[in-house]
Amino acid sequence: MARSVTRRRKITFTIIAWVVALLIFFPILWTVLTSFKTEGDAVAVPPHFLFFHWTTENYAEVWSRSNYVLYFWNSVVISIGSTIIGLIIAIPAAWAMAFSPTKRTKDVLMWMLSTKMMPAVGVLVPIYLIFKNTGLLDTRTGLVIIMTLINLPIIVWMLFTYFKEIPNDILEAARMDGATLGKELLYILTPMAIPGIASTLLLNIILAWNEAFWTLNLTASNAGPLTAFIASFSAPEGLFYAKLSAASTMAIAPILIMGWFSQKQLVRGLTFGAVK
Amino acid sequence: MATLHTRASARLMMSPAVIVLFIWMIVPLALTIYYSFLDYNLLTPGAHNFIGFTNYRFFLTDPAFLTSIWNTLLLVVGVLLITIVGGIALALLIDQPIYGQGIVRILVIAPFFVMPTVSALVWKNMFMNPVNGLFAWIAHLFGLQPIDWLAQVPLLSIILIVAWGWLPFATLIILTALQSLDEEQKEAAEMDGAGIVSQFIYITLPHLARAITVVILIETIFLLSIFAEILVTTNGGPGTDTTNLTYLVYSQALLQFDVGGASAGGIVAIILANIVALFLLRIVGKNLEA
Repeated sequence: MARSVTRRRKITFTIIAWVVALLIFFPILWTVLTSFKTEGDAVAVPPHFLFFHWTTENYAEVWSRSNYVLYFWNSVVISIGSTIIGLIIAIPAAWAMAFSPTKRTKDVLMWMLSTKMMPAVGVLVPIYLIFKNTGLLDTRTGLVIIMTLINLPIIVWMLFTYFKEIPNDILEAARMDGATLGKELLYILTPMAIPGIASTLLLNIILAWNEAFWTLNLTASNAGPLTAFIASFSAPEGLFYAKLSAASTMAIAPILIMGWFSQKQLVRGLTFGAVK
Repeated sequence: MATLHTRASARLMMSPAVIVLFIWMIVPLALTIYYSFLDYNLLTPGAHNFIGFTNYRFFLTDPAFLTSIWNTLLLVVGVLLITIVGGIALALLIDQPIYGQGIVRILVIAPFFVMPTVSALVWKNMFMNPVNGLFAWIAHLFGLQPIDWLAQVPLLSIILIVAWGWLPFATLIILTALQSLDEEQKEAAEMDGAGIVSQFIYITLPHLARAITVVILIETIFLLSIFAEILVTTNGGPGTDTTNLTYLVYSQALLQFDVGGASAGGIVAIILANIVALFLLRIVGKNLEA
Protein backbone atom coordinates (compact mmCIF):
# COMPACT_ATOMS: atom_id res chain seq x y z
CA MET A 1 0.00 0.00 0.00
CA ALA A 2 2.62 2.48 1.09
CA ARG A 3 4.81 1.39 -1.75
CA SER A 4 2.19 2.09 -4.42
CA VAL A 5 1.63 5.55 -2.97
CA THR A 6 5.32 6.42 -3.13
CA ARG A 7 5.53 4.96 -6.59
CA ARG A 8 2.67 7.11 -7.80
CA ARG A 9 4.23 10.06 -6.09
CA LYS A 10 7.48 9.34 -7.83
CA ILE A 11 5.82 9.13 -11.22
CA THR A 12 3.90 12.36 -10.63
CA PHE A 13 7.03 14.23 -9.62
CA THR A 14 8.92 12.72 -12.51
CA ILE A 15 6.37 14.06 -14.98
CA ILE A 16 6.34 17.54 -13.42
CA ALA A 17 10.12 17.68 -13.26
CA TRP A 18 10.55 16.60 -16.88
CA VAL A 19 7.98 19.08 -18.16
CA VAL A 20 9.62 21.94 -16.26
CA ALA A 21 13.11 20.88 -17.29
CA LEU A 22 12.12 20.65 -20.95
CA LEU A 23 10.50 24.08 -20.79
CA ILE A 24 13.68 25.57 -19.39
CA PHE A 25 15.79 23.77 -21.96
CA PHE A 26 13.38 24.57 -24.78
CA PRO A 27 15.04 27.78 -26.08
CA ILE A 28 18.25 25.83 -26.64
CA LEU A 29 16.42 22.95 -28.27
CA TRP A 30 14.50 25.39 -30.45
CA THR A 31 17.72 27.08 -31.52
CA VAL A 32 19.22 23.75 -32.51
CA LEU A 33 16.08 22.73 -34.41
CA THR A 34 15.87 26.07 -36.19
CA SER A 35 19.46 25.77 -37.27
CA PHE A 36 18.42 22.83 -39.47
CA LYS A 37 15.55 24.66 -41.13
CA THR A 38 15.41 26.72 -44.27
CA GLU A 39 14.99 30.44 -43.63
CA GLY A 40 11.39 30.10 -44.78
CA ASP A 41 10.59 27.34 -42.33
CA ALA A 42 12.38 29.24 -39.57
CA VAL A 43 9.90 32.12 -39.60
CA ALA A 44 6.82 30.08 -40.49
CA VAL A 45 3.64 30.77 -38.53
CA PRO A 46 2.41 28.43 -37.12
CA PRO A 47 5.91 27.14 -36.35
CA HIS A 48 7.13 23.81 -37.68
CA PHE A 49 8.36 21.75 -34.77
CA LEU A 50 9.78 18.60 -36.29
CA PHE A 51 8.20 18.22 -39.68
CA PHE A 52 10.15 20.49 -41.89
CA HIS A 53 12.73 20.15 -44.59
CA TRP A 54 15.90 19.30 -42.66
CA THR A 55 18.98 20.91 -44.07
CA THR A 56 22.53 21.63 -43.05
CA GLU A 57 22.98 24.46 -45.51
CA ASN A 58 22.95 27.07 -42.72
CA TYR A 59 26.01 25.54 -41.18
CA ALA A 60 27.75 25.40 -44.52
CA GLU A 61 26.85 29.00 -45.21
CA VAL A 62 27.84 30.40 -41.83
CA TRP A 63 31.04 28.43 -42.01
CA SER A 64 32.03 29.66 -45.46
CA ARG A 65 30.57 33.14 -45.79
CA SER A 66 31.48 34.88 -42.58
CA ASN A 67 34.86 34.67 -40.95
CA TYR A 68 33.38 32.19 -38.58
CA VAL A 69 36.58 30.22 -38.29
CA LEU A 70 38.49 33.33 -37.26
CA TYR A 71 35.96 34.19 -34.55
CA PHE A 72 35.93 30.66 -33.28
CA TRP A 73 39.71 30.59 -33.17
CA ASN A 74 39.74 33.92 -31.32
CA SER A 75 37.40 32.48 -28.71
CA VAL A 76 39.63 29.46 -28.31
CA VAL A 77 42.84 31.48 -28.01
CA ILE A 78 41.38 34.05 -25.64
CA SER A 79 39.65 31.64 -23.29
CA ILE A 80 42.38 29.01 -23.16
CA GLY A 81 45.26 31.49 -23.26
CA SER A 82 43.93 33.62 -20.43
CA THR A 83 43.13 30.54 -18.37
CA ILE A 84 46.60 29.08 -18.70
CA ILE A 85 48.37 32.35 -17.92
CA GLY A 86 45.99 32.83 -15.01
CA LEU A 87 46.82 29.38 -13.69
CA ILE A 88 50.55 30.00 -13.96
CA ILE A 89 50.20 33.14 -11.85
CA ALA A 90 47.61 31.72 -9.47
CA ILE A 91 48.95 28.25 -8.67
CA PRO A 92 51.98 29.44 -6.67
CA ALA A 93 49.87 32.07 -4.91
CA ALA A 94 47.11 29.66 -3.94
CA TRP A 95 49.69 27.07 -2.96
CA ALA A 96 51.45 29.50 -0.64
CA MET A 97 48.21 30.68 0.91
CA ALA A 98 46.96 27.16 1.46
CA PHE A 99 50.13 25.71 2.97
CA SER A 100 52.01 28.64 4.50
CA PRO A 101 49.13 30.77 5.70
CA THR A 102 49.91 33.89 7.67
CA LYS A 103 47.65 36.20 9.62
CA ARG A 104 47.11 38.24 6.52
CA THR A 105 46.24 35.40 4.14
CA LYS A 106 42.53 35.78 4.70
CA ASP A 107 42.75 39.52 4.13
CA VAL A 108 44.63 38.99 0.89
CA LEU A 109 41.98 36.56 -0.29
CA MET A 110 39.18 38.93 0.61
CA TRP A 111 40.98 41.77 -1.10
CA MET A 112 41.34 39.71 -4.27
CA LEU A 113 37.63 38.98 -4.14
CA SER A 114 36.90 42.67 -3.71
CA THR A 115 38.62 43.47 -7.00
CA LYS A 116 35.85 41.40 -8.62
CA MET A 117 33.32 43.84 -7.22
CA MET A 118 34.68 46.76 -9.17
CA PRO A 119 32.21 47.26 -12.02
CA ALA A 120 33.91 46.80 -15.37
CA VAL A 121 32.37 49.94 -16.73
CA GLY A 122 34.16 51.96 -14.05
CA VAL A 123 37.48 51.34 -15.74
CA LEU A 124 36.27 51.06 -19.33
CA VAL A 125 37.56 54.49 -20.34
CA PRO A 126 41.20 54.17 -19.24
CA ILE A 127 41.48 50.58 -20.46
CA TYR A 128 40.04 51.57 -23.82
CA LEU A 129 42.44 54.50 -24.13
CA ILE A 130 45.45 52.48 -22.99
CA PHE A 131 44.59 49.80 -25.52
CA LYS A 132 44.08 52.39 -28.21
CA ASN A 133 47.41 54.07 -27.55
CA THR A 134 49.41 50.87 -27.28
CA GLY A 135 47.84 49.19 -30.28
CA LEU A 136 46.24 46.48 -28.15
CA LEU A 137 42.75 47.37 -29.30
CA ASP A 138 41.21 44.54 -31.28
CA THR A 139 44.10 42.16 -30.66
CA ARG A 140 43.98 38.73 -29.09
CA THR A 141 46.89 39.65 -26.84
CA GLY A 142 44.93 42.54 -25.39
CA LEU A 143 41.92 40.41 -24.62
CA VAL A 144 44.01 37.62 -23.15
CA ILE A 145 45.50 40.19 -20.75
CA ILE A 146 42.09 41.52 -19.71
CA MET A 147 40.54 38.06 -19.32
CA THR A 148 43.48 36.93 -17.22
CA LEU A 149 43.06 39.92 -14.94
CA ILE A 150 39.32 39.71 -14.47
CA ASN A 151 39.34 35.98 -13.77
CA LEU A 152 42.51 35.80 -11.69
CA PRO A 153 40.66 36.29 -8.37
CA ILE A 154 38.32 33.42 -9.16
CA ILE A 155 41.21 31.18 -10.18
CA VAL A 156 43.14 31.91 -6.99
CA TRP A 157 40.09 31.36 -4.82
CA MET A 158 39.08 28.16 -6.48
CA LEU A 159 42.58 26.69 -6.37
CA PHE A 160 42.89 27.79 -2.76
CA THR A 161 39.78 25.86 -1.73
CA TYR A 162 41.08 22.76 -3.50
CA PHE A 163 44.62 22.99 -2.15
CA LYS A 164 43.24 23.53 1.33
CA GLU A 165 41.92 20.00 1.20
CA ILE A 166 45.30 18.42 0.58
CA PRO A 167 46.33 17.18 4.01
CA ASN A 168 49.08 19.33 5.44
CA ASP A 169 50.72 16.34 7.16
CA ILE A 170 51.92 14.98 3.87
CA LEU A 171 53.69 18.21 3.11
CA GLU A 172 55.21 18.38 6.57
CA ALA A 173 56.50 14.87 6.15
CA ALA A 174 58.02 15.70 2.79
CA ARG A 175 59.69 18.75 4.25
CA MET A 176 61.08 16.70 7.13
CA ASP A 177 62.58 14.37 4.59
CA GLY A 178 64.33 17.37 3.12
CA ALA A 179 62.21 17.88 0.03
CA THR A 180 63.04 21.12 -1.68
CA LEU A 181 60.40 23.44 -2.93
CA GLY A 182 60.84 22.12 -6.43
CA LYS A 183 60.44 18.52 -5.37
CA GLU A 184 57.54 19.47 -3.17
CA LEU A 185 55.80 20.96 -6.18
CA LEU A 186 56.67 18.14 -8.51
CA TYR A 187 55.88 15.11 -6.39
CA ILE A 188 53.15 16.36 -4.10
CA LEU A 189 51.40 19.21 -5.75
CA THR A 190 51.13 17.61 -9.11
CA PRO A 191 49.39 14.34 -8.32
CA MET A 192 47.19 15.66 -5.53
CA ALA A 193 46.27 18.96 -7.06
CA ILE A 194 45.58 17.90 -10.63
CA PRO A 195 41.84 17.35 -10.15
CA GLY A 196 41.42 20.79 -8.58
CA ILE A 197 43.50 22.44 -11.27
CA ALA A 198 41.54 20.67 -13.99
CA SER A 199 38.22 21.85 -12.57
CA THR A 200 39.51 25.39 -12.27
CA LEU A 201 40.73 25.25 -15.84
CA LEU A 202 37.39 24.04 -17.11
CA LEU A 203 35.27 26.57 -15.26
CA ASN A 204 37.53 29.41 -16.20
CA ILE A 205 37.46 28.56 -19.88
CA ILE A 206 33.66 28.61 -19.68
CA LEU A 207 33.62 32.01 -17.99
CA ALA A 208 36.11 33.50 -20.43
CA TRP A 209 34.30 32.00 -23.44
CA ASN A 210 31.03 33.65 -22.44
CA GLU A 211 32.40 36.99 -21.22
CA ALA A 212 30.58 39.71 -23.09
CA PHE A 213 31.57 43.12 -21.78
CA TRP A 214 35.23 43.48 -22.61
CA THR A 215 35.03 41.25 -25.66
CA LEU A 216 32.32 43.47 -27.14
CA ASN A 217 33.99 46.75 -26.26
CA LEU A 218 37.60 46.05 -27.07
CA THR A 219 37.34 44.11 -30.30
CA ALA A 220 36.21 44.60 -33.87
CA SER A 221 36.82 42.36 -36.83
CA ASN A 222 40.31 41.08 -36.01
CA ALA A 223 40.19 39.72 -32.49
CA GLY A 224 36.44 39.44 -31.96
CA PRO A 225 35.44 36.16 -30.36
CA LEU A 226 32.11 34.38 -30.85
CA THR A 227 30.26 36.68 -28.44
CA ALA A 228 31.05 39.55 -30.80
CA PHE A 229 30.26 37.49 -33.89
CA ILE A 230 26.79 36.65 -32.59
CA ALA A 231 26.23 40.26 -31.54
CA SER A 232 26.69 41.26 -35.19
CA PHE A 233 23.40 39.47 -35.89
CA SER A 234 21.57 42.14 -33.91
CA ALA A 235 21.63 44.45 -36.91
CA PRO A 236 18.25 44.38 -38.70
CA GLU A 237 19.81 43.15 -41.93
CA GLY A 238 21.21 40.21 -40.00
CA LEU A 239 17.81 38.83 -39.16
CA PHE A 240 18.19 35.38 -40.56
CA TYR A 241 16.88 33.07 -37.91
CA ALA A 242 18.20 29.84 -39.32
CA LYS A 243 21.69 31.23 -39.78
CA LEU A 244 21.62 32.94 -36.40
CA SER A 245 20.62 29.58 -34.93
CA ALA A 246 23.36 27.68 -36.72
CA ALA A 247 25.98 30.19 -35.60
CA SER A 248 24.59 30.13 -32.06
CA THR A 249 24.54 26.36 -31.91
CA MET A 250 28.17 26.18 -32.93
CA ALA A 251 29.06 28.90 -30.44
CA ILE A 252 27.43 27.27 -27.44
CA ALA A 253 27.86 23.56 -28.15
CA PRO A 254 31.47 23.11 -27.00
CA ILE A 255 30.92 25.11 -23.85
CA LEU A 256 27.63 23.39 -23.05
CA ILE A 257 29.37 20.03 -23.17
CA MET A 258 32.23 21.26 -21.01
CA GLY A 259 29.72 22.78 -18.62
CA TRP A 260 27.88 19.52 -18.20
CA PHE A 261 31.12 17.84 -17.28
CA SER A 262 31.98 20.49 -14.75
CA GLN A 263 28.61 20.99 -13.09
CA LYS A 264 29.78 19.90 -9.64
CA GLN A 265 32.84 22.14 -9.71
CA LEU A 266 30.74 24.96 -10.99
CA VAL A 267 28.99 25.43 -7.66
CA ARG A 268 32.20 25.44 -5.77
CA GLY A 269 34.05 27.70 -8.18
CA LEU A 270 31.37 30.32 -8.51
CA THR A 271 30.66 30.50 -4.80
CA PHE A 272 34.34 30.84 -3.94
CA GLY A 273 34.12 27.62 -2.00
CA ALA A 274 31.29 28.87 0.20
CA VAL A 275 28.91 26.16 -1.00
CA LYS A 276 30.22 22.70 -1.81
CA MET B 1 55.79 25.71 12.04
CA ALA B 2 56.51 27.91 9.10
CA THR B 3 60.19 28.63 9.01
CA LEU B 4 61.65 31.91 7.88
CA HIS B 5 62.64 30.20 4.68
CA THR B 6 59.18 28.94 3.79
CA ARG B 7 57.62 32.25 4.76
CA ALA B 8 59.92 34.08 2.40
CA SER B 9 59.25 31.69 -0.42
CA ALA B 10 55.52 31.89 0.25
CA ARG B 11 55.71 35.63 -0.14
CA LEU B 12 57.64 35.18 -3.35
CA MET B 13 55.05 32.75 -4.67
CA MET B 14 52.20 35.11 -3.91
CA SER B 15 53.79 38.24 -5.26
CA PRO B 16 53.02 37.85 -8.98
CA ALA B 17 49.30 37.45 -8.34
CA VAL B 18 49.22 40.22 -5.77
CA ILE B 19 51.25 42.66 -7.85
CA VAL B 20 49.29 42.02 -11.02
CA LEU B 21 45.96 42.46 -9.28
CA PHE B 22 47.18 45.52 -7.41
CA ILE B 23 48.20 47.22 -10.65
CA TRP B 24 44.93 46.16 -12.25
CA MET B 25 43.03 47.72 -9.39
CA ILE B 26 45.00 50.93 -8.93
CA VAL B 27 46.12 52.14 -12.36
CA PRO B 28 42.79 52.19 -14.22
CA LEU B 29 41.03 53.54 -11.14
CA ALA B 30 43.53 56.38 -10.77
CA LEU B 31 43.22 57.19 -14.47
CA THR B 32 39.43 57.16 -14.33
CA ILE B 33 39.51 59.60 -11.43
CA TYR B 34 42.00 61.78 -13.28
CA TYR B 35 39.99 61.84 -16.53
CA SER B 36 36.79 62.55 -14.65
CA PHE B 37 38.06 66.05 -13.85
CA LEU B 38 39.08 66.87 -17.42
CA ASP B 39 37.26 68.44 -20.32
CA TYR B 40 38.23 65.59 -22.60
CA ASN B 41 36.33 64.48 -25.69
CA LEU B 42 37.97 62.31 -28.32
CA LEU B 43 36.21 64.29 -31.05
CA THR B 44 37.60 67.64 -29.94
CA PRO B 45 41.38 67.58 -30.04
CA GLY B 46 43.45 70.01 -28.05
CA ALA B 47 44.27 70.63 -24.45
CA HIS B 48 42.28 68.77 -21.84
CA ASN B 49 41.53 71.41 -19.27
CA PHE B 50 40.91 70.71 -15.65
CA ILE B 51 37.27 71.51 -15.01
CA GLY B 52 36.70 70.34 -11.46
CA PHE B 53 33.45 68.61 -10.77
CA THR B 54 31.68 69.79 -13.92
CA ASN B 55 31.57 66.29 -15.41
CA TYR B 56 30.02 64.97 -12.23
CA ARG B 57 27.45 67.75 -12.17
CA PHE B 58 26.45 66.99 -15.75
CA PHE B 59 26.33 63.27 -15.19
CA LEU B 60 24.36 63.41 -11.95
CA THR B 61 21.84 65.96 -13.21
CA ASP B 62 21.27 64.14 -16.49
CA PRO B 63 17.70 62.79 -16.32
CA ALA B 64 19.05 59.58 -17.84
CA PHE B 65 21.11 59.06 -14.70
CA LEU B 66 18.17 58.63 -12.34
CA THR B 67 16.40 56.48 -14.91
CA SER B 68 19.48 54.31 -15.22
CA ILE B 69 19.75 53.87 -11.45
CA TRP B 70 16.11 52.89 -11.28
CA ASN B 71 16.50 50.48 -14.21
CA THR B 72 19.61 48.95 -12.67
CA LEU B 73 17.72 48.42 -9.43
CA LEU B 74 14.69 46.88 -11.15
CA LEU B 75 16.92 44.63 -13.21
CA VAL B 76 18.87 43.33 -10.21
CA VAL B 77 15.86 42.92 -7.91
CA GLY B 78 13.66 41.45 -10.64
CA VAL B 79 16.19 38.84 -11.67
CA LEU B 80 17.04 38.01 -8.06
CA LEU B 81 13.38 37.46 -7.19
CA ILE B 82 12.71 35.23 -10.18
CA THR B 83 15.87 33.19 -9.85
CA ILE B 84 15.66 32.66 -6.10
CA VAL B 85 11.97 31.79 -5.89
CA GLY B 86 12.23 29.73 -9.07
CA GLY B 87 15.51 28.24 -7.96
CA ILE B 88 14.12 27.04 -4.64
CA ALA B 89 11.08 25.53 -6.33
CA LEU B 90 13.17 23.82 -8.98
CA ALA B 91 15.73 22.54 -6.53
CA LEU B 92 13.00 21.06 -4.32
CA LEU B 93 11.50 19.40 -7.38
CA ILE B 94 14.76 17.92 -8.64
CA ASP B 95 15.65 16.77 -5.15
CA GLN B 96 12.60 14.50 -5.09
CA PRO B 97 13.14 10.87 -5.99
CA ILE B 98 12.40 10.99 -9.71
CA TYR B 99 13.30 8.98 -12.77
CA GLY B 100 16.13 10.41 -14.82
CA GLN B 101 17.27 12.90 -12.21
CA GLY B 102 20.66 13.29 -13.85
CA ILE B 103 19.18 14.22 -17.20
CA VAL B 104 16.69 16.64 -15.65
CA ARG B 105 19.58 18.31 -13.88
CA ILE B 106 21.58 18.58 -17.07
CA LEU B 107 18.65 20.13 -18.93
CA VAL B 108 17.99 22.63 -16.17
CA ILE B 109 21.53 23.93 -15.84
CA ALA B 110 22.12 24.25 -19.59
CA PRO B 111 21.02 27.90 -19.95
CA PHE B 112 23.86 29.00 -17.70
CA PHE B 113 26.37 28.03 -20.36
CA VAL B 114 24.73 30.00 -23.13
CA MET B 115 26.65 33.18 -23.89
CA PRO B 116 24.66 36.37 -23.25
CA THR B 117 24.63 37.52 -26.85
CA VAL B 118 23.18 34.20 -27.99
CA SER B 119 20.46 34.04 -25.36
CA ALA B 120 19.47 37.65 -25.93
CA LEU B 121 19.19 37.31 -29.69
CA VAL B 122 17.43 33.96 -29.58
CA TRP B 123 14.84 35.30 -27.15
CA LYS B 124 14.49 38.56 -29.01
CA ASN B 125 13.96 37.06 -32.45
CA MET B 126 12.56 33.62 -32.03
CA PHE B 127 10.38 34.12 -28.97
CA MET B 128 9.57 37.78 -28.42
CA ASN B 129 9.22 38.93 -32.01
CA PRO B 130 5.61 40.14 -32.37
CA VAL B 131 5.18 38.70 -35.87
CA ASN B 132 6.91 35.34 -36.05
CA GLY B 133 8.03 34.76 -32.48
CA LEU B 134 6.74 31.75 -30.57
CA PHE B 135 5.08 33.93 -27.93
CA ALA B 136 3.06 35.67 -30.62
CA TRP B 137 1.94 32.31 -31.96
CA ILE B 138 0.94 31.18 -28.45
CA ALA B 139 -1.00 34.42 -27.94
CA HIS B 140 -2.85 33.76 -31.19
CA LEU B 141 -3.70 30.24 -30.05
CA PHE B 142 -5.50 31.76 -27.10
CA GLY B 143 -7.09 34.40 -29.24
CA LEU B 144 -5.02 37.19 -27.71
CA GLN B 145 -3.32 40.10 -29.35
CA PRO B 146 0.43 39.35 -29.31
CA ILE B 147 2.51 41.99 -27.62
CA ASP B 148 5.71 43.47 -28.94
CA TRP B 149 7.78 42.47 -25.94
CA LEU B 150 10.88 44.55 -26.44
CA ALA B 151 8.92 47.64 -27.47
CA GLN B 152 6.05 47.51 -24.98
CA VAL B 153 7.67 45.95 -21.89
CA PRO B 154 11.37 46.25 -22.72
CA LEU B 155 12.77 46.11 -19.22
CA LEU B 156 10.61 43.15 -18.24
CA SER B 157 11.74 41.36 -21.38
CA ILE B 158 15.37 41.88 -20.49
CA ILE B 159 14.71 40.77 -16.92
CA LEU B 160 13.18 37.55 -18.28
CA ILE B 161 16.08 36.92 -20.65
CA VAL B 162 18.67 37.46 -17.94
CA ALA B 163 16.70 35.48 -15.38
CA TRP B 164 16.57 32.51 -17.74
CA GLY B 165 20.36 32.48 -17.78
CA TRP B 166 20.75 32.81 -14.01
CA LEU B 167 17.97 30.49 -12.89
CA PRO B 168 20.22 27.43 -13.34
CA PHE B 169 22.90 29.01 -11.18
CA ALA B 170 20.50 29.61 -8.29
CA THR B 171 18.96 26.17 -8.74
CA LEU B 172 22.28 24.40 -8.78
CA ILE B 173 23.58 26.10 -5.64
CA ILE B 174 20.35 25.66 -3.71
CA LEU B 175 20.16 22.05 -4.85
CA THR B 176 23.70 21.43 -3.63
CA ALA B 177 22.77 22.87 -0.24
CA LEU B 178 19.53 20.90 -0.18
CA GLN B 179 21.37 17.64 -0.71
CA SER B 180 23.39 18.20 2.43
CA LEU B 181 20.23 18.51 4.50
CA ASP B 182 19.96 15.89 7.17
CA GLU B 183 17.13 13.53 6.22
CA GLU B 184 16.73 12.32 9.79
CA GLN B 185 15.90 15.80 10.95
CA LYS B 186 13.05 15.95 8.49
CA GLU B 187 11.85 12.50 9.41
CA ALA B 188 11.86 13.43 13.08
CA ALA B 189 9.83 16.52 12.32
CA GLU B 190 7.43 14.43 10.30
CA MET B 191 7.02 12.05 13.24
CA ASP B 192 6.20 15.01 15.42
CA GLY B 193 3.42 15.81 13.03
CA ALA B 194 4.96 18.73 11.18
CA GLY B 195 3.31 19.26 7.83
CA ILE B 196 5.17 19.78 4.58
CA VAL B 197 4.80 23.56 4.81
CA SER B 198 6.08 23.92 8.35
CA GLN B 199 8.89 21.47 7.58
CA PHE B 200 9.88 23.72 4.73
CA ILE B 201 9.69 26.92 6.79
CA TYR B 202 11.37 25.66 9.95
CA ILE B 203 13.89 23.16 8.65
CA THR B 204 14.59 23.49 4.93
CA LEU B 205 14.59 27.27 4.59
CA PRO B 206 16.97 27.97 7.51
CA HIS B 207 19.28 25.32 6.13
CA LEU B 208 19.25 27.06 2.75
CA ALA B 209 19.94 30.52 4.21
CA ARG B 210 23.64 30.35 3.51
CA ALA B 211 23.22 29.16 -0.05
CA ILE B 212 20.60 31.81 -0.79
CA THR B 213 22.86 34.49 0.64
CA VAL B 214 25.66 33.35 -1.61
CA VAL B 215 23.35 33.43 -4.61
CA ILE B 216 22.25 36.97 -3.80
CA LEU B 217 25.81 38.16 -3.35
CA ILE B 218 27.25 36.64 -6.50
CA GLU B 219 24.30 37.36 -8.76
CA THR B 220 24.27 40.97 -7.63
CA ILE B 221 27.91 41.42 -8.58
CA PHE B 222 27.20 40.16 -12.08
CA LEU B 223 23.76 41.73 -12.50
CA LEU B 224 25.01 45.24 -11.73
CA SER B 225 27.09 44.93 -14.88
CA ILE B 226 24.50 43.57 -17.30
CA PHE B 227 25.54 44.84 -20.68
CA ALA B 228 25.48 42.47 -23.65
CA GLU B 229 21.80 41.59 -23.31
CA ILE B 230 20.88 45.28 -23.51
CA LEU B 231 23.29 46.05 -26.32
CA VAL B 232 21.97 43.42 -28.70
CA THR B 233 18.25 43.72 -27.92
CA THR B 234 17.26 47.32 -27.25
CA ASN B 235 20.40 49.45 -27.28
CA GLY B 236 19.15 50.92 -24.03
CA GLY B 237 15.86 52.03 -25.53
CA PRO B 238 13.19 52.81 -26.36
CA GLY B 239 14.45 56.18 -25.14
CA THR B 240 16.30 55.27 -21.99
CA ASP B 241 13.78 52.65 -20.84
CA THR B 242 16.35 49.88 -20.61
CA THR B 243 19.48 51.92 -19.98
CA ASN B 244 21.19 50.73 -16.85
CA LEU B 245 24.20 52.43 -15.30
CA THR B 246 26.65 50.24 -17.18
CA TYR B 247 25.01 50.97 -20.50
CA LEU B 248 24.78 54.69 -19.77
CA VAL B 249 28.51 54.97 -19.09
CA TYR B 250 29.27 52.82 -22.14
CA SER B 251 27.22 55.09 -24.39
CA GLN B 252 28.97 58.20 -23.05
CA ALA B 253 32.36 56.66 -23.59
CA LEU B 254 32.14 54.76 -26.84
CA LEU B 255 29.19 56.37 -28.58
CA GLN B 256 29.71 60.01 -27.59
CA PHE B 257 33.47 59.78 -27.02
CA ASP B 258 33.09 61.89 -23.90
CA VAL B 259 36.06 60.61 -21.92
CA GLY B 260 35.59 63.06 -19.05
CA GLY B 261 31.86 62.51 -18.66
CA ALA B 262 32.10 58.74 -18.98
CA SER B 263 34.89 58.67 -16.39
CA ALA B 264 32.75 60.63 -13.96
CA GLY B 265 29.98 58.12 -14.61
CA GLY B 266 32.41 55.28 -14.10
CA ILE B 267 33.42 56.66 -10.71
CA VAL B 268 29.77 57.01 -9.75
CA ALA B 269 29.23 53.38 -10.78
CA ILE B 270 32.21 52.26 -8.70
CA ILE B 271 30.99 54.16 -5.64
CA LEU B 272 27.49 52.75 -5.94
CA ALA B 273 28.79 49.22 -6.48
CA ASN B 274 30.94 49.58 -3.39
CA ILE B 275 28.02 50.78 -1.31
CA VAL B 276 26.02 47.78 -2.47
CA ALA B 277 28.97 45.48 -1.80
CA LEU B 278 29.51 46.82 1.72
CA PHE B 279 25.84 46.64 2.50
CA LEU B 280 25.63 43.11 1.12
CA LEU B 281 28.78 41.88 2.79
CA ARG B 282 27.56 43.16 6.13
CA ILE B 283 24.29 41.27 5.88
CA VAL B 284 25.86 38.32 4.18
CA GLY B 285 28.90 38.23 6.47
CA LYS B 286 26.94 36.95 9.44
CA ASN B 287 25.55 34.14 7.38
CA LEU B 288 28.86 33.19 5.85
CA GLU B 289 30.91 33.03 9.00
CA ALA B 290 28.93 30.10 10.36
